[in-house]
Amino acid sequence: MSVYQEFEHDVLVIGAGGAGLRAAIEAAAAGVNVGLVCKSLLGKAHTVMAEGGMAASMGNVDERDGWKTHFADTMRGGQYLNSWRMAELHAKESPVRARELEGWGALFDRTPDGKILQRNFGGHKYPRLAHVGDRTGLEMIRTLQDHGIHQGMDVHMEVTVTRLLKDGERCVGAFGYDREQGRFRIFKAKAVVLATGGLGRAFLVTSNSWEGTGDGHSLGYHAGAELRDMEFIQFHPTGMIWPPSVRGILVTEGVRGEGGILKNNKGERFMFDDIPPLYVDQTADNPEEGWRYVTGDREARRPPELLTRDHVARKIVKEVQEGRGSPHGGAFLDIAWIKEHIKDSEAHIKKKLPSMYHQFKELAGIDITKEQMEVGPTTHYAMGGIAVDPDTQMTTTVPGLFAAGEVGGGLHGANRLGGNSLSDLVVFGQRAGEYAAKFAKDNPDYSVSEEEIKEAAVEALAPLERGVTALNPFQLQLELQTMMQSKVGIAREEEGLTEAVGSIREISGQIADVGAGGNRWYNPGWHTALDMKHLLTVSEAIALSARERKESRGAHSRLDHPDKDMAWSTFNHVVRKGSDGEMVVERQDIPQILPELQAIIEEEG
Amino acid sequence: MESATFKVWRGDQEGGDFETYDVDLEPGYVVLDAIHKIQAEQATDLACRWNCKAGKCGSCSAEVNGSPRLMCMTRVEDVAGDGPITVEPMRAFPVLKDLVTDVSWNYEVKAAIQQVTPREPDFEDGSWEMNQYDVERPQEFRKCIECFLCQNVCHVLRDHQMHAEFAGPRHFVFAAQAEMNPIDVGDRVAHLRDDMGIGYCNITKCCTTVCPENISITDNAIIPLKERVVDRSYDPLAKLMGAVFGSEKG
Ligand SMILES: Cc1cc2nc3c(=O)[nH]c(=O)nc-3n(C[C@H](O)[C@H](O)[C@H](O)COP(=O)(O)OP(=O)(O)OC[C@H]3O[C@@H](n4cnc5c(N)ncnc54)[C@H](O)[C@@H]3O)c2cc1C
Ligand code: SF4
Ligand code: SF4
Ligand code: FES
Repeated sequence: MSVYQEFEHDVLVIGAGGAGLRAAIEAAAAGVNVGLVCKSLLGKAHTVMAEGGMAASMGNVDERDGWKTHFADTMRGGQYLNSWRMAELHAKESPVRARELEGWGALFDRTPDGKILQRNFGGHKYPRLAHVGDRTGLEMIRTLQDHGIHQGMDVHMEVTVTRLLKDGERCVGAFGYDREQGRFRIFKAKAVVLATGGLGRAFLVTSNSWEGTGDGHSLGYHAGAELRDMEFIQFHPTGMIWPPSVRGILVTEGVRGEGGILKNNKGERFMFDDIPPLYVDQTADNPEEGWRYVTGDREARRPPELLTRDHVARKIVKEVQEGRGSPHGGAFLDIAWIKEHIKDSEAHIKKKLPSMYHQFKELAGIDITKEQMEVGPTTHYAMGGIAVDPDTQMTTTVPGLFAAGEVGGGLHGANRLGGNSLSDLVVFGQRAGEYAAKFAKDNPDYSVSEEEIKEAAVEALAPLERGVTALNPFQLQLELQTMMQSKVGIAREEEGLTEAVGSIREISGQIADVGAGGNRWYNPGWHTALDMKHLLTVSEAIALSARERKESRGAHSRLDHPDKDMAWSTFNHVVRKGSDGEMVVERQDIPQILPELQAIIEEEG
Repeated sequence: MESATFKVWRGDQEGGDFETYDVDLEPGYVVLDAIHKIQAEQATDLACRWNCKAGKCGSCSAEVNGSPRLMCMTRVEDVAGDGPITVEPMRAFPVLKDLVTDVSWNYEVKAAIQQVTPREPDFEDGSWEMNQYDVERPQEFRKCIECFLCQNVCHVLRDHQMHAEFAGPRHFVFAAQAEMNPIDVGDRVAHLRDDMGIGYCNITKCCTTVCPENISITDNAIIPLKERVVDRSYDPLAKLMGAVFGSEKG
């Protein structure tokens, strides 16, 4: 039978991306014993891939910016389904969290007067994103990692958590295995923070790595937490589409922030065609004004390429559907054209977008300083996530369980603005760490159930014990991803969503037949088999919530309900496990917004 | 090119051997795609690390036809010749399984290096004034994705296995970014000399050649650090001043 390695921490943080690292740093600073668990090596989490920047209204480039504008931009971007309290905290605290990183070694690009430089991004009224070329995520994760390892925390690298442990209602730890040798680990903890990132791997075309299988969403759900806004999946408008091996890899919005334009196969800048009413006043109506905006003219309005991601993605799909797409089914993204305006444009592009230059050169054989790129939508980000208290990040229903970062829900509503994730990570990572430490201090006594541990071990070993079967875990994963892509993707309708729910339940039934050959040492087949439960859980939550929302709003588009419907703007969808184990979707009213915040939204227009 | 033959090293700490797999290719395939395809269709327990598939995370390091590469940035057509393409784990680190090696030593070495230690903030909001030309030098080093390919080719580690005495190029790059951070008041000179063994580097530049981030490891990081060590060690006055007045930085 199984032997376990046991660890005890005051606060256990699951996930070592920006959110998990920031939470762990904060908890350690509060003087409690902290354990940090991650599936990959430290420093390799998704956050490392973030490119464009981190939103914080420091006003270094345009002093008219401030938290109020950032708050209003975030709410508008989220089509007012956001938790307004989270949007307020996020807007107020992100400048502090950004500056703090410099004290820990981060080096952002600079303004001429020696401050942190900020760049334009979609949906942000002023240049707001602190950045380092197009490798901002690397800067952030490395800074937090290199600072974190000196704060006295135990890091458990390459360990996957498969289940949360409960003491009654309360979460008191986690069960997992080390990837290296497949040994089981039990983490007992007074408080647990989920910071497991996203779930893009539920779809076929995605910018997410193998890690993005929605583990935290699913671990939380099965432990009794509520998931909110799960219908809102961000399809980033610009993923690579050719050659096939790079499909889905992200092309940062920074390309458009630096002046990149979108064109169809007739060479038309189709983004000027139809501008959503919410944004008409803020958007340039001619290319010349758009160019002035990206080069810093404060009187100019932003080019339509910098509208919110949901809109840009849909516009690209429309061009393709109407026969104006690029050869491989996308649109052209052109940054090379800025040579009309900038003398040494080649050097400029390489300096501002070095990793994009490299990525296209190496992987697609395209020189972006001279040629246009081909791009199309890619599954990128989960707006939905675990429902939490906006101030403490504790889950609404499971005491002692906290969530921060992409796995958390609320801040982004129906659509996230670019750059608002990196800031989300540090703002709410910090809060989760602080309040988890406090919870641990206030609630020292708990017990862990041996029964539950045994159950978890049996569940984890099952695919290996079945050995090689006719059903290969990679095939089953592919089947799910292909189905989700076609039925729960960027354009949805009732019938497809109902079929999707059916397929998900069918595939869930097959899980018991999936087997993995080989032994417990570093065995991707086994690991993939175990990830399936999470993928299926989040897929079901997405499909059910999407079917319930019979309107189009933000990232959620219904072909059979193409318009936004004001009746749907007063509540969020919440998914939880019903008493019979079935997944249920409910409506939850959005709390009445504070009058002073409502006034800000109205003032900012 | 429609298909290719790969010889992939399979094994563990006890030993192992190359196994041959034929893989159908799609346009643009990189070596990592081929490994994934083998995993999905022929050997579900084939172990490899990866995350970003875009050269950003430094997880997928291996030796392809004997040369250290990121598998996700190596196009199959660029390495295909007459014979099969060989893929094996990095040789400077103990193998765990198949293409996965134990790189934990790197994390220990790094943890021993003093982190960036800032001077008092320049402004009330806790920030500092730094100019672009001040940050550019350390920014080059901060591009490092910790792929450890430079560690893998450095002869001091690979051939002489001096892991106990020598920190390796990655960590000189790391020390350099901290030393050259404009707000840093830390001092890593003694550590570089006594514990990190920078003197063992004889500037062969093999590390620079393999760096996927094109960091000029030797010229821009190691040589300036060596100069700091030499200046300090052979200048008794500087040493004395350093002892009396705290750190002195260039
Ligand atoms: C290519 C790309 C570019 C992006 N660019 C930007 C940008 O410019 N600006 C911006 O704001 N946002 C950007 N984003 C989004 C942003 O990077 C992510 O939303 C964010 O990094 C998520 O951070 P996180 O800390 O929540 O989780 P992650 O960084 O995803 O980390 C999750 C952690 O949880 C661990 N984990 C997961 N499951 C388990 C488990 N079962 N057991 C143990 N550990 C587990 C993982 O190993 C990992 O350590 C980008 C995303 C991508 C993919
Ligand atoms: S230059 Fe120095 S560190 Fe680099 S490979 Fe040669 S000996 Fe090693
Ligand atoms: S310095 Fe270059 S080769 Fe060495 S670990 Fe960093 S990125 Fe890799
Ligand atoms: S997978 Fe990230 S560098 Fe290759």
